Amino acid sequence: MQQALQDLWYGFGVALQPHNLMWSFFGVLVGNLIGVLPGMGALSAISMLLPLTFTMKPIPAILMLAGIFYGSMYGGAIGAILLNMPSHPPHAVTCLDGYPMTKQGKGGLALGITMICSFFAASFGITVMIFASPLLVEIAFKFGPGEIFSIMLLGLIAGGTMSRGSPLKGIAMTVVGLLIGIVGTDVNSGVARFTFGLVELTDRVELVALALGLFGVADFLRSVNRMQLIGSGMKVRLRDMFPTWKELKQSFAPMIRGTLIGTLFGAMPGTGPTITTFVAYAFERKVSRTPERFGHGALEGVAAPEAASHSKTQVDFIPTMSLGIPGDPVMALILGALIIQGIQPGPQLITQHADLFWGLIASFWIGNILLVILNVPLIGLWVKVLQVPYRYMFPCAMFFIAIGVYSTNNSLFEVNEVLVFGVIGAIFMALDFPVAPILLGYVLGPLVEENFRRAMLLSRGDLTVFFHRNHPISATFLTICFLLVAGQMFFAARAKHREKKLRVPKGVAAVSE
Amino acid sequence: MMVLGLGATFQGSTYSVGTLSRMGPGYFPMALGIILTLIGLAIAVTARFTHYEGEEEVLPPEWRGWICICASVVAFVVFGMYGGLVPATFAIVFISAMGDRMNTWKSAAVLAAGIVVIAIVVFWWALQMQLPLFGMR
Repeated sequence: MQQALQDLWYGFGVALQPHNLMWSFFGVLVGNLIGVLPGMGALSAISMLLPLTFTMKPIPAILMLAGIFYGSMYGGAIGAILLNMPSHPPHAVTCLDGYPMTKQGKGGLALGITMICSFFAASFGITVMIFASPLLVEIAFKFGPGEIFSIMLLGLIAGGTMSRGSPLKGIAMTVVGLLIGIVGTDVNSGVARFTFGLVELTDRVELVALALGLFGVADFLRSVNRMQLIGSGMKVRLRDMFPTWKELKQSFAPMIRGTLIGTLFGAMPGTGPTITTFVAYAFERKVSRTPERFGHGALEGVAAPEAASHSKTQVDFIPTMSLGIPGDPVMALILGALIIQGIQPGPQLITQHADLFWGLIASFWIGNILLVILNVPLIGLWVKVLQVPYRYMFPCAMFFIAIGVYSTNNSLFEVNEVLVFGVIGAIFMALDFPVAPILLGYVLGPLVEENFRRAMLLSRGDLTVFFHRNHPISATFLTICFLLVAGQMFFAARAKHREKKLRVPKGVAAVSE
Repeated sequence: MMVLGLGATFQGSTYSVGTLSRMGPGYFPMALGIILTLIGLAIAVTARFTHYEGEEEVLPPEWRGWICICASVVAFVVFGMYGGLVPATFAIVFISAMGDRMNTWKSAAVLAAGIVVIAIVVFWWALQMQLPLFGMR
């Protein structure tokens, strides 16, 4: 406890260094902007700026990327509330009540509440991170390759099944990601695998190329000529944004509940942000005494999901930093960035790179404060940015993608990789396969393989080692894996059964259940 | 259903690639290949049993946009190889902008020229990127 506070103080020292502060500021600003823009999530933003970080020192690089992540969360809410436009999926649920509030002229209030909730939830998440991470690390030191393999397996299965769409497809995509992760030279034997005779591929598929292809180019291929922008003449004045005492009280309990739900989901690896916000919203509607108000501008319907998404965003960093297991694709990217910087995330990270870890935590707080301050005057500007037509935006983005990928290794070959993954990604999206698990699989793939082989070496090829009495942690995680798969099958079977009876419309109804 | 069947065949082909690798380093890929095939089969089977619901509107193909975006990336690579940063930048922005029906030749060209200026200032001058403005790499 004492130690944690001391470390945190040290972290503030790191985060407040002008250089680090500047990049953190830059990150939240860019994240905020990108969050507002439709069709551009934190994923594409981070992958676009990833090449830029290669020349930077690790600390400012990670501070900036993290800033983009939570900055975009703030930005996403603005588009959702003011324009009924979910810039990225987690905010779809905010539209349900946020936009009706705007129509009633209470858009400013909705934004104000969102900001308060976000800040509260983020602070809570950060606090959890401060105290939970060292605890987790203590346990994590007992981990051998078997345990690490089991946890990663859990992360992969959860990541595949808990995202949107059919769990089977999610798992299929995770495996595709694992296969892409295999491309390149085998660490143990030096044999080139899946390179199709291309020398460039022996060096593994480039993370940036994969991410930008899947989330940049594929997205443009999907939405070219299909994107319509709805301008909105909304003006938000500063004084509209301050809620009254009564409204504050009204949103307090939902805020707490949303925060707790977000924290819980953040700690579980593999649960996506979308499911978190939907659960928070559904829960709020369930406990409400007046559920009929939801969907018509209920304040609680904005407060709870926004709080949930923000606390999850912060808590997400715990498994990523302390175990090296990313909870969702954005975390997978940040993990990739760490590895590129030569920092191996895992139990040792907190002790070996204390400046990075505590600096990051401190920067969360600073970044969140910056965002609240920034958002007040900038909302008007963001709304203007929203009116920049898509037809000008995507060619520029194409250029930044191409040049960004090129500059990672000064290799034009990787630009071709982007194209290939872009086309693959677009095809998968068209077939209703979620693409995000590919990234998760790609980043975790080599780690999973290495630990699996190491565990096999230690046990002399005995598969039962994962369930052995000497490895209770590994056995527990594998049990959770099985339960998860069994549970998914059960729910799928039940849903099908019900569908036959009722023919429930798919989509939102299915998710909120 | 058809679409999902296609997905399964795609995965089937990944499987054969998986088994071809050597046993030592190929163990893990092979295991993955088998898993993927099983999942592909499962998807195909479940797809057979669920009837296709025609609720979702199928969007018309957008050949112009698709071709232009793909071509723009190829153009970037080709021009980057033989032309340098300026033509490559102009090509990628201009060609991809032409993919959108709302853009005219003129607006695309103006946009591309603007990005070229940004590219020169930011990437060539400020970030000192290893790509000549003009000429072979």
